[in-house]
Amino acid sequence: MLSKKQLFTRGMLDISPHMLSVIPFGIICGAIGVELGFDPYLVYAMSFIIFGGASQIVFLQVLSGGATSLVAVASVGIINSRHLLYGAVLSEYLERLSFIKKLFISYLVVDQGFAESNRFFRKNRNQEFLHYHLIGTGCTMWVCWQIATLSGIVLGSFVPEELGLKFAIPLTFIAIVVQDLKKIDHVIVMITCGLSSLLFFDAPFKSYIIISPLIALFVAALLSRLKK
Amino acid sequence: MTLTAIIFAGILTYLTRMTMIALISRDMLGDKIKAVLEYVPSAVFPAIIFPGIFINDFGTFIEMNDPKIFGALVAVIVGYFSKNIIATISAGLVSYWFLIFVVFS
Repeated sequence: MLSKKQLFTRGMLDISPHMLSVIPFGIICGAIGVELGFDPYLVYAMSFIIFGGASQIVFLQVLSGGATSLVAVASVGIINSRHLLYGAVLSEYLERLSFIKKLFISYLVVDQGFAESNRFFRKNRNQEFLHYHLIGTGCTMWVCWQIATLSGIVLGSFVPEELGLKFAIPLTFIAIVVQDLKKIDHVIVMITCGLSSLLFFDAPFKSYIIISPLIALFVAALLSRLKK
Repeated sequence: MTLTAIIFAGILTYLTRMTMIALISRDMLGDKIKAVLEYVPSAVFPAIIFPGIFINDFGTFIEMNDPKIFGALVAVIVGYFSKNIIATISAGLVSYWFLIFVVFS
């Protein structure tokens, strides 16, 4: 049985390779906000209040494009609605926690943290303090995200734009799903999601980010019925 | 004004994170739903990957000879065999940079 501290550390270690893409992306996010002419304090406040990567950029871009705050808020909500799916998966492992702990831990759920903690949870179902792994991934992400966006805000885009470091984001998610390419059912689900996301890319409020997973999960439901 | 909008966006985002974790109990999800939920990573992340590769900053499709496609393919191959996140990201970036700075420059 692993101790709380061991699980926390394991979570930190499991997510830390992703910082290779998260930190440059955070710097870009902070710098874009200031470049678009927003108050630096507000740009930073987003990292703390929203704490949601791409949704922060979209929020600022939508506002600076002249749309109403309502449209900006709705876009953030729709982009981040994918967390509902993460929560549904994680709920099974976090079930025994008190309601208050669940409320705190929820703030720390991010894409990469969900991916790495979920992988760990599936292999270590019987650990007593599993949630400390999720706290480890979440806290690592939180600290790095605050530092990265803050440095982007203060120092400007000192990451040269020619490097195209935004490309590191799809790469980080490739690293997450690539092992599942061994399973044909997962490959079908991934291709369904990917193609749908391109097909619905122009759907309003960036809703492709939730429409395509729902289509892919529908296909997954059909596949899991076939498997029996 | 903007701060109010940020706070609302933050509350909404928090609700997306909290709702399922805090309000769902094991009995509410049947085995069938659990079986489908196993596919969540495969069903969600390609919606970040594909547009990140195939759609440029202006919201249009890239050419089929775009360096990003090559970089992504290298990342998939290196990732598949190395099972290493840093190797996957680095291989994708380096091969992308090789194309834009050396081959196409």
